[in-house]
Formats: sequence, structure tokens, C-alpha cells
Amino acid sequence: MAGIEVTALHKRYPDGTVAVDHVDLSIGDGELFVMLGPSGCGKTTTLRAIAGLERQTTGDIRIGDTLVNDLPPAERDIAMVFQFYALYPHLRTRDNLAFPLRAEGLPKSEVHKRVEEAARLMRLGPLMDRRPRRLSGGEQQRVALARALVRRPRAFLMDEPLTNLDAELRADMRTEIKHLQGQLGTTMVYVTHDQVEAMSLGHRIAILNKGRVEQIGTPLEVYDRPASLFCAEFIGSPPMNLIEVEVVDGKLHSKGGLVLTPPPGLPRDRSLVAGVRPEALEVTEPGAEGSVPARVVSAEGLGDEVIYVVDHGGQRDVRVRMPPTVRFATDASVGLRHSGGTPAVYDVHTEDLVA
Amino acid sequence: MAVSVDDAVSAGPVRDHTPPARRFGGRGRAVLEVALLTVLAVVMLFPVLWMVETSIKENRDVYAIPAKFFDFKVTVDHFKDVFVSSSGGRSGLSVSFLNSVVVAGVSTVLATVLGVPAAWAYSRFALKAKKDQLFFILSTRFMPPVVVVIPIFLMYRQVGLIDTQLGLILIYTAFNVPFTIWMMKGFVDEVPAEYEDAAMLDGYTRLQAFWKFTLPLLVPGIAATAVFALIFSWNEFVFAIFLTSSDDVRTAPPAIAGLIGGTTVDWGLVAASSVVFAVPVLVFAYLVRRHLVAGVTLGAVRR
Ligand SMILES: Nc1ncnc2c1ncn2[C@@H]1O[C@H](COP(=O)(O)OP(=O)(O)OP(=O)(O)O)[C@@H](O)[C@H]1O
Ligand SMILES: [Mg+2]
Repeated sequence: MAGIEVTALHKRYPDGTVAVDHVDLSIGDGELFVMLGPSGCGKTTTLRAIAGLERQTTGDIRIGDTLVNDLPPAERDIAMVFQFYALYPHLRTRDNLAFPLRAEGLPKSEVHKRVEEAARLMRLGPLMDRRPRRLSGGEQQRVALARALVRRPRAFLMDEPLTNLDAELRADMRTEIKHLQGQLGTTMVYVTHDQVEAMSLGHRIAILNKGRVEQIGTPLEVYDRPASLFCAEFIGSPPMNLIEVEVVDGKLHSKGGLVLTPPPGLPRDRSLVAGVRPEALEVTEPGAEGSVPARVVSAEGLGDEVIYVVDHGGQRDVRVRMPPTVRFATDASVGLRHSGGTPAVYDVHTEDLVA
Repeated sequence: MAVSVDDAVSAGPVRDHTPPARRFGGRGRAVLEVALLTVLAVVMLFPVLWMVETSIKENRDVYAIPAKFFDFKVTVDHFKDVFVSSSGGRSGLSVSFLNSVVVAGVSTVLATVLGVPAAWAYSRFALKAKKDQLFFILSTRFMPPVVVVIPIFLMYRQVGLIDTQLGLILIYTAFNVPFTIWMMKGFVDEVPAEYEDAAMLDGYTRLQAFWKFTLPLLVPGIAATAVFALIFSWNEFVFAIFLTSSDDVRTAPPAIAGLIGGTTVDWGLVAASSVVFAVPVLVFAYLVRRHLVAGVTLGAVRR
């Protein structure tokens, strides 16, 4: 087991595409580290560089204390699970699991022992004598995971391993992976573009955009104080409301009259945007105490909650999360009230968190 | 290892289940189509039938006027003549057939051994000007091979490859390699690169990963490609007749052609040797029939 250090990683493909512009990561030993980002932001490329399947243009990668820049994948002692499961189609489950061990030249008894152990962990019993073609997607992915762990590698790399599964199975497998990682205590780098997956799995999350790291933090940090407008829009469903504000008399005032407590250390001379989570707002009866006028544009009942989209001072997409017991009709005049703490504030031009 | 070449073709092209009659209208049209196709089939197949018939007719019946279609005496003498000379030893034709087997076989093996790794490399690696290179390789197949017969002849004379089996093997290999690369690249493209990635992470080198994981999955494709190359080399006539002359080097096509041209022609022998010559091609063509159809109908080997 080992931590992974990625320093100033830059990858330019021969055709000129810059897939990774500048990435620094410091992944602790035993950490479940998630890389999250939209399609094409360079997640896979970063992971493949760590695995040694792709040679970075510049930058250093260390696994444990070893600088692995020039080591072939085989010598890095890591296992990778792909989105496409990459089980050898001509081999039965048992042999698929045994393959990496035979490659290492382990004695037969040890191979057998480890295969059985992995099979038990991933509950593959009845699947051991089938070929991949006769396994369902979820079963194939379980075999792929088992194959990754038989080798007891120093780290696991997972590239969107659950993308091809349906929602329910995905949730199950997510739990399973998290549990497994905790049990084994092996460092894991998990790539996904699904923020729910990232939030529920990761000890820490790195949000990538256009080949750069936008933010690294625990799920809570990332959720509460997104480091940039990009992160603010990417994390959360529905995402954070971004409300234009001005600083007047030491308070943040929106165009519609909402008044927010500013965080300390706010610069005065810039165009600012406050990031307000939908659950930090309330829809009230019109004229309720502390509320400002707003109008309901639409309401999405989700069963356990209702997402109101309201028009507030000309901004027609302010989202508010409310319990399902509260009911307002579309087009109704209502009040809007801020009920959360101090919001995150961003500079419109640099798009970064200012306070 | 038992390999079904057809495994390489997925479910097969989308079939059109609409009966022809309904597609083009009236029943009369369908009847006309069937009639025309029958005529065409007869015209095309009659020479083949006649060849087979002639090869088993006694000489007297071969030359009978009017021609005998059904009531002839059956003999296998002509087939015996193909392999055994009148003096009892091996016939010249049998030597030619053996030469054909050697030349077609070796050139096919060479083209496969060279072409498959090349196709893999073109499929997997980012190479400089890859598209241009592939186009160049393909462009060598744009012209009919006959165009280069004279230059090749002159070159071969310089280096002493005239009238050698090696000369034929080299030229056939040269023609088959581009074809092999192109056809195999399609097959390699369909094998996900992740197999090799996974194998490399499991501790294999890149070449081992190719050898152990990708190659087994390519076997049906290789078989199909090799059969095409084999058929080309087996059937090749122009280079064979220009570049070789002695009986112990010549391949079967020019040797069979050489049977015709004396004062008397032993048609029974010509027919029998043609049948012997055609059988391997028929067998192989049957093996790759689906690929052949795809090649003919789509104008491309395979997506
Ligand atoms: N082999 C390659 N050659 C050239 N460009 C590539 C290659 N592989 C990826 N790219 C490009 O690099 C960029 C980053 O790709 P990458 O696969 O790392 O994205 P990703 O974050 O994994 O996206 P996704 O979520 O869609 O998997 C993309 O613009 C992609 O088109
Ligand atoms: Mg990816």
C-alpha cells in the first residue's frame, strides 16, 4: 500500500490535444480519492498516466516513495478496473482471476488460495466456471473488481467502473466498493463524472475541469464551499443558486432585495455572486417576516421534497428545496427567505471564491 | 484448434426480409427475375459442369460429335494422368501443383506474419502521419498488378530471381501484405485495447499482452484474411507465367495453360487438372463465403 503523488502533470497527445493541462494531486495512503469532472476533462488520461499506460508529457508521478515516471505498468504494482470490464473473453471467471497471479509466477496453492479469497469477498461462488459472455453487466464488474484485488496491489485505479450498470445496481456496487476499500485499506483512485457517486464514495474529491484541478476537499467542503463558479455549478442537484449581489452597508444585497450576511474579508470593488444552496432558501407566504417578494415559476414534486423554481428580482431560475408538506401553486406570489448561514461569494470575472 | 472463420463475422449484415416480388411490384416481375437468373446461372455454370464432365469422360466420348451429355463412359484415367506420368513416375503437373502449394502457402504465411503485427501497430499506436501511411499502403493496390510485370521482370533478372520459387513468393507476399494490413486492422480495431491495458497492468509486456490476449481473439480474422491471401496467390497467373519458365519451378496455372497449344490437345487432362486446381479454392471460398459476400456487396471488406 502506498500513497500517490502527482506533480505538475501535463499530457499532450500526439495530435495536439492537451488532455491534462496541470494537475497536482497528493493522495494519502489508504485513501479513497475520487476524481470528478465533466466528460473530456482529462480524468481518464490522468488515471492512465498513473497506471503507466500513457506517458505524461511533463510532470512527475510517485507511488509510495518511488518515482514511477519511467516504470512500465507491470512494475508499478497497481490494479485498474475499466469502464468496459476487460475480462478476457476466452477465460472462465476462475482463470480470469488467476491470470494476474500466474503472470507473477506465484505457486499454484497460493494462486488457488487468493482466487478463493477474492471470490468469497465478491461473492462469485456460482459464477466461477462461466465465461464473461454468460455474465450480466453487474456480475462482470464484480469479477473485474475481484481480479483487481487478487493481486493485493499497492493501489486500485477505477475508471468509471459503474457507468454501464443500471441505477439500482450502481448504488449497490457503490456501497460494496466503499465497504471493500475500507476493509482492505488499500489506496484507491476512483474516477467518475457522477457527483452522487463522488460524494458518497470519496474521502476526498478532486474536481477537474479542462485538464486542471478546480478544487480538492472532503465531500462536505466541496459541497459547502465550492472553490469556483464551475464547482458551484457542478456539485449539487439542483445546483447552487448563483445570485448577483452588491455590498451595501456591510451586507450583501441582491437585486430582488434579498439581504445576506457576508463572509468576512470581502473586497468591495468587484462584481460579486453569492452561491446559495437551494436548501438555504425558503418559500414563504407573501409578506412573511424577513422575506422578499418572489413568484413561483414551476414546482417539481419529487415525493420526498419539492423543488420550487422562483422568479426573484428578474432572476427566473432561483431554486428552493422545500419539504413536500408545503404547497404553492405555479405563478403564485410568494415570499423568499434566506435561512442558511453565510454564503460563498465569487468574483464574476475570475470565477473564483473570494470569501 | 477448431476455428470457424464465420465466428469473425458478428450477427451478419442486416437482412432484407421483403420478398423481391413485393419490393418491385407484380408477380410477373418476379417470374421474369427468376427466369433471367436461371439463364444467367446456366450460362455461368455450364462451362464448370462441362469441365467436370469432361474430366471423367473416356477420351472417345470427349471428342464425340455430337457431344455426349449423359450417356458417356466414366473413367478416372485423366485424374491419374494429372499425378502420374506415362512412364510411371511423377507427372510434370503434379510437380506444378506442389510448387503452387509451396508458393501460395509460404507467401500467405509471410504476408500474415508481417501484416498482422503491422495491423496491430497501426490500430493501437499513435504514429506520425498514420493516415497517410495507411493510404500509401492501400494505394499499392490501386493499380492492377499486371502494370508492374515488366519492371519486376527486369529487376528480377538483375538480382537473379527469375525462374525461382523465391521470386514468386516475394512478389505474392508483397501483394498480400497491404491487403492483410487493411483487413486485419479492421479486426484489431474491434478488439478493445483494454484487454492489453489490463494485461500490462497484470505484469505482461506490451508484446506479451498482444501475443497472449489480443492474438487469440484475432484468430478467426487471421484465418479469413489468410484464406483471401491464399486464394490470390493460388490463382495468380500473370506473374507466374512471366517470371518462371522451367517445369520444376512453374506453378499450376501456367502449367495447365501450357497443356493447350500443341497440335493435339488432351482435353480430358486439361479438364481433370483444372478440377484438381479449382477444388482447394472452392473449399476455401466456401469457408470465407460471408466475407466474400460482404466484400462484393459493400465494396469494402468489412466495416
Ligand atoms: N489517444 C488520444 N489521442 C488524442 N486525444 C485524446 C486521446 N485520448 C483522449 N483524448 C482527448 O483528451 C481529452 C481528455 O480525455 P479523457 O479521456 O482523459 O477525458 P475524461 O475526463 O476521461 O472524459 P470521459 O468522462 O468522457 O471519460 C479529451 O478531449 C479527449 O478527446
Ligand atoms: Mg474517461
